[in-house]
Amino acid sequence: MQQLNTQHLRDYPKKPKQVYLFGTCIVDSFFPDTGMDAIELLEREGIEVIYPQGQSCCGQPAYNSGYKDEAKAVAMSQVKQFPLDIPVVVVSGSCGGMMRHHYLDLLGDDPEINNFCQRVFEFTEFLVHVLRLKPIDQGPKERVALHTSCAARREMGVHITGNKLISQLANVELVIHDYESECCGFGGTFAVKHADISAAMVADKSKHLVATDVVRYVSADHGCMMNINGALDYQKQSLRGEHIASYLLNRIKGNSSKGSL
Amino acid sequence: MKHIIEEESKYAASAKAFRANVTRDLGNEELRSNFRGAMDYLMDKRKGAFSSEEELEVLREQCKLIKQRCLAKLPHLLEQLEGNLEKNGIKVHWAETITEANEIIAQLIAQKKGKSVVKGKSMVSEETALNDYLEERNVECLESDMGEYIVQLAKEHPSHIIMPAIHQNKKQVAKLFADNIEGFEYSTDVDTLIQQGREVLRNKFCQADVGISGVNFAVAETGTLCLVENEGNGRMCTTIPDLHIAITGIEKVIEHLADVPPLLSLLTRSATGQAISTYFNMINSPRKPGEKDGPQEVHLVLLDNGRSQAFADEELRQTLQCIRCGACMNHCPVYTRIGGHAYGTVYPGPIGKMISPHMLGLEATTNLPTASTLCGACGEVCPVKIPIPKILLRLRQESVKPKSQQPEVMKGQGAGRNNVEALIWKVWAQVHKSPKFYALSMWGLTRFRFLMPKKLGGWTSVRTAPKPAAATLHERINAKQKKAKQEKQSQHGRG
Repeated sequence: MQQLNTQHLRDYPKKPKQVYLFGTCIVDSFFPDTGMDAIELLEREGIEVIYPQGQSCCGQPAYNSGYKDEAKAVAMSQVKQFPLDIPVVVVSGSCGGMMRHHYLDLLGDDPEINNFCQRVFEFTEFLVHVLRLKPIDQGPKERVALHTSCAARREMGVHITGNKLISQLANVELVIHDYESECCGFGGTFAVKHADISAAMVADKSKHLVATDVVRYVSADHGCMMNINGALDYQKQSLRGEHIASYLLNRIKGNSSKGSL
Repeated sequence: MKHIIEEESKYAASAKAFRANVTRDLGNEELRSNFRGAMDYLMDKRKGAFSSEEELEVLREQCKLIKQRCLAKLPHLLEQLEGNLEKNGIKVHWAETITEANEIIAQLIAQKKGKSVVKGKSMVSEETALNDYLEERNVECLESDMGEYIVQLAKEHPSHIIMPAIHQNKKQVAKLFADNIEGFEYSTDVDTLIQQGREVLRNKFCQADVGISGVNFAVAETGTLCLVENEGNGRMCTTIPDLHIAITGIEKVIEHLADVPPLLSLLTRSATGQAISTYFNMINSPRKPGEKDGPQEVHLVLLDNGRSQAFADEELRQTLQCIRCGACMNHCPVYTRIGGHAYGTVYPGPIGKMISPHMLGLEATTNLPTASTLCGACGEVCPVKIPIPKILLRLRQESVKPKSQQPEVMKGQGAGRNNVEALIWKVWAQVHKSPKFYALSMWGLTRFRFLMPKKLGGWTSVRTAPKPAAATLHERINAKQKKAKQEKQSQHGRG
């Protein structure tokens, strides 16, 4: 039985002409290819993508560490970067959840904040529910696993939208790994503060992913992937994760995917 | 009520040792496998217990509202409960601290010249370390719940609030029984083990002077104590000895008898996947004239032990909605890895992380709220919809708040504050709220990426270090836009 989770249920707007992209600080500094691929994918669908150069981080690292005032200052500065009444597409379920749900608590439920939160969409959510994307798969036949981050799953419903997108790829078989819904052990500063518990968790997650015998797994969050790919690399496994934006773009263009580390 | 957190609690010391406990238990393969197997089993049982998501969701919402309503009227309901229990002949005692609770119970036993106690399962009595207290006063305490009996024989504490001995497998239990029970016929068959354990317990029920039990729901409007159990030991403890003492936390009071069925239905299904427990006891009074069984005297001890501190804050009050089903620990990826003893507290797992700081103070428990990835698995299954991750976040905030900042919501506020860390976050905020500083710091990170250390503390003990990109997304997009502009201009020029 799937847990009923109503938090991510919402009304979706019509396909817009323009969107904002929120790249996230991890993508900005470690995985810019993901951001570029997300933009290309959106542009192929005829959407103009605006990337405000003043954006930085959603504030989640400080928020999750208990530093509310610091998180608040950064969150408020981000809201100001996205003034137009157009969707804000976020290439991370975790940051998306922060901006869509936690900003209301953090910044107060005023009309400006509320309007901003209503405009936040996780990338796959936007592709499925707003663009109604039907990706034409031109890639070779392959099997792939999907890891959804916990926030992506529980706050943004990515286990549904990510699954739907991959299921639509004609040449791709989606393989479900054991303990699919279980956390990979990242948890931001948790991985540093409680490194040994985190290590035990990522050992299990990587073991279950390797056991599927796929060459690639896909995720909508680079936080988890930094954790899982780092562990896979350390274990000298060939399996790697790739962000779903890059994966979809490569399938549509018929390129073979490469995975990111 | 004042908040007094007792220095002498033995759990404060073991909770402080959380990190060492974790290292110890993560390295225990047998323990790890016992927990993984048991938690997988319990998660499956729960999944099978609800016919549909909709049914579960409706019931969770209903039970959340019941508990919230009861907590909103808590002081009034406690008075009403006391009045109706006394009317029914059940004496009520109030204990602010665990020592007060233990003193009350010891006095009641002494008045009856009691020498032996048989106990039903009660986590609140674990909270007060009642067995130790009574044994120091030469009163023998025997745990009669099979799981509790096992941990008592092993001189341990419960590792799970519903299944106290879940950390032991049947081979370990067989060895324990062989070492401790006279005439034990060695077997690793579960039914045989339980049968032999029960024979020991059965004899004790008939000899004990006092029965002590917990309470799952205390109904204010009728003055009824409800006790949920599977082994029948709860009924024996509360009916055979002449003196029955029940102990529970103040948050267990509910308003109406009609509130019981939905709560009970959700409790047993969330806990063990049972539609209903084997036994459900509703205790209304001591033995009445003409009745053939039941105790001569029934007492209820209502314990605060930090609960009123949680009650005083609207957000933290939700902690008290808990009906102690254990589903949060069954579904917790951290609990599954480290097991129940590593927490060092009476209540382990997500509920333990939420409630223990009120009982023991943040000084002893500052590592507990941070030992979570905030994955949300606990909140997703909580039958009374406690937003557990949000409460853990709140406790993290209280833990890093400056000690002097008013109002002081929790004992031990600021215990987790580290000036270096606080400064780092201050600088972090300055950088990330200023586009200029942010661009500069990202420029530095990417340009000097060759300086990125290969070793990053605990991170690289099982992972390789991530490598910053050669150029940021900001820069790549800028470059792309510049190129597009130039192409446009040159096209324009040619045209």
